[in-house]
Amino acid sequence: MDFFDRFAVPHPSFLIYASMVGIGLTMLAIVVGITYFKKWGYLWREWITTVDHKRIGIMYLLSALLMLFRGGVDGIMMRYQLSMPENTFLDSQHYNEVFTTHGVVMILFMAMPFIIFFFNYLVPLQIGARDVAFPRLNALSFWLFFMGMGLFNISFIVGGSPDAGWTSYFPLAGNEFSTSVGTNYYMIAIQIAGIGTLMTGINFITTILKMRAPGMTLMKMPMFTWSAFIANVIIVFAFPVLTVLLAMGTMDRLFGTNFFTTDNGGMDMLWANLFWVWGHPEVYILILPAFGLYSEIIPTFARRNLYGYTSMVASMVIISLLSFFVWAHHFFTMGQGPLANSIFSISTMAIAVPTGVKIFNWLFTLWKGKIEFTTPMLYSVLFIPLFTLGGVTGVMLAMSAADYQYHNTMFLVAHFHNVIIPGVVYAMLAGLTFYWPKIFGFMLNERLGKWTAWTLSIGFVLAFIPMYITGLDGQARRMYTYSESTGFSLLNMVSFVGAAIMAIAFVLLVYNIYYSIRYSPRNIGSDPWDARSLEWATHTPVPEYNFAITPQVASTQAFWDSKKNGHELFKGDIEKIHMPNNSGLPFIMSCIFFVFGFAMIFSIWPLAIITLIGILACMTYRSFEKDHGRYISVEEIKETEKRLRGAKNEGR
Amino acid sequence: MKELFPIKQVMGFAFSLVLTVVALLVYFTDMSYTVGMTVLLVTAFVQAGLQVVVFMHAGETKDKGSIYLNIYYALLIALVTIFGTLLVLVWDM
Repeated sequence: MDFFDRFAVPHPSFLIYASMVGIGLTMLAIVVGITYFKKWGYLWREWITTVDHKRIGIMYLLSALLMLFRGGVDGIMMRYQLSMPENTFLDSQHYNEVFTTHGVVMILFMAMPFIIFFFNYLVPLQIGARDVAFPRLNALSFWLFFMGMGLFNISFIVGGSPDAGWTSYFPLAGNEFSTSVGTNYYMIAIQIAGIGTLMTGINFITTILKMRAPGMTLMKMPMFTWSAFIANVIIVFAFPVLTVLLAMGTMDRLFGTNFFTTDNGGMDMLWANLFWVWGHPEVYILILPAFGLYSEIIPTFARRNLYGYTSMVASMVIISLLSFFVWAHHFFTMGQGPLANSIFSISTMAIAVPTGVKIFNWLFTLWKGKIEFTTPMLYSVLFIPLFTLGGVTGVMLAMSAADYQYHNTMFLVAHFHNVIIPGVVYAMLAGLTFYWPKIFGFMLNERLGKWTAWTLSIGFVLAFIPMYITGLDGQARRMYTYSESTGFSLLNMVSFVGAAIMAIAFVLLVYNIYYSIRYSPRNIGSDPWDARSLEWATHTPVPEYNFAITPQVASTQAFWDSKKNGHELFKGDIEKIHMPNNSGLPFIMSCIFFVFGFAMIFSIWPLAIITLIGILACMTYRSFEKDHGRYISVEEIKETEKRLRGAKNEGR
Repeated sequence: MKELFPIKQVMGFAFSLVLTVVALLVYFTDMSYTVGMTVLLVTAFVQAGLQVVVFMHAGETKDKGSIYLNIYYALLIALVTIFGTLLVLVWDM
């Protein structure tokens, strides 16, 4: 193939050309806009070089919302394509690319940054710390993730998107059947983002183990912090598998090794196997922090203690272990015998037990509570029945004999959307609404918020319940069209309508943000929901050092005790605070990583070697750099505290 | 002087050299496949344990408990992954 041919999109269409123009214009508008308003310096000083966990968190949030939009557009395109039989909106190749990027974007570039946003913003505040354990590493994590995301997202206009499914099974993903550079993008972009995530995992485990406020033993941590801890443990144990797997896949595609080929001693099924060794724990990495958020929201608005704290923790620990015991249930039909399938079938069903414990704990928390239906609570209450439905169909899928019927049908697609959307997406939106006032200093509009929640739920039910039926009737997943005689058309149309309603919910969410920025009152104090845990004990907006005096903790809900039971949170005097310095190195290093990734994808070896040397040079520089951080003086803290306690925060 | 001499580390170093030599024997002598693999597996695990305990000082701080817990957890997951993979792809295929 000619050198420049590789950069061309393999099967261009009007949509792709339109996106090219759109992306070009948007980039131009952003650059011109920033230059016109003279914001480059501000961006560099306050955001790009920041090591503050709160700002890094907000950047994760923005990335996640952007990717929610992108993945959502992919989803709508698929639903529209399937809404009518013999539809010609997308051709088969384009459809393959759309479902592949939809999966990757939603899991790795939407859900992951969304939960990492919550880790970043909440964990240090909930444990009364000044920042995470390794702030510089945290910045590097974000920028690596961001560059990986950027690399993945340019694929559809430069060289073509990956088209072998988000699972990218070999031999389909091998050079023989995926000839464009698309799957190289998959291997390398996810690799770069994955390294960032692995660093996040190490960072937060250390933070939670080492930086808790005095008095906060492990069993006195807020439930979200517990869930973050468990999720990060899973990250550290699961992501290395992905790293190795992607490296092996990269070598197969670029250097002609034979790990996953069908001949020369390779084993294509090993990809599926190792992919799910990572992939199944990944599911729990996403859902556990979501459970943690529900465990914060439900007690707050039921005005009761979380029921069964110890059993909540125990069930998460058990889930974290069991999540590594079940991966083969993703390929019951691959050809292994009944013994292996039975073992994995039973371990899968066993996971339903700790999950059930959690569901009952939330129900018992609600029981006899004085429930207040705010938007976050509405999401939580909608979550319980919808998620349980997904859980029940999950147990159906777990029966390996029956799975031969469901495998690779829309039934499966309905199931995993049924757990991920009410489980993760609702939690993210609930958490976003719940913590919005803490982050930005004003509430999101409640009325619009409730409209969003209901619209989303109606859209969700319409979009995904029909898939259970068509799946059982035999509609295969990833099928780009079907004939009218199959009889799938009506239910697929319903599904498209549901997807469109979900899109309206997204528009409502965005409008709500816009509306609230303009009209929401700003004098809400630092604790607008009358909440229970430590993150609400500091000012809004949160000062960069989080707490002027390190809080003293004696129970799982220290802030509630300080409000109602006379517990004294802040003892002692203000002392000078040690904070880390900003650094541009993580951003620069990640930019080099981006170029390195691009060079690898297109096999431009000289550039790859130069950038690799650049990456090593950055690491060497960092190793010899002397940076002892800086101190915030007592006067400065007192001044900040006085300012923040002013008119805006009469609540405290 | 006696307290300053790192006797444990020197002994550990000597022992790890012995382990390496034993593992190399598999290549240089004519062993059956089973014996060779057994020797390699045993020396590999003893070597790894030695490195963690003697040279990475696993048991020398008050974090001893959590460090060992972490190692055992990792070991458990690694073994489950390996034996599960063998079960799925080889033994029950």
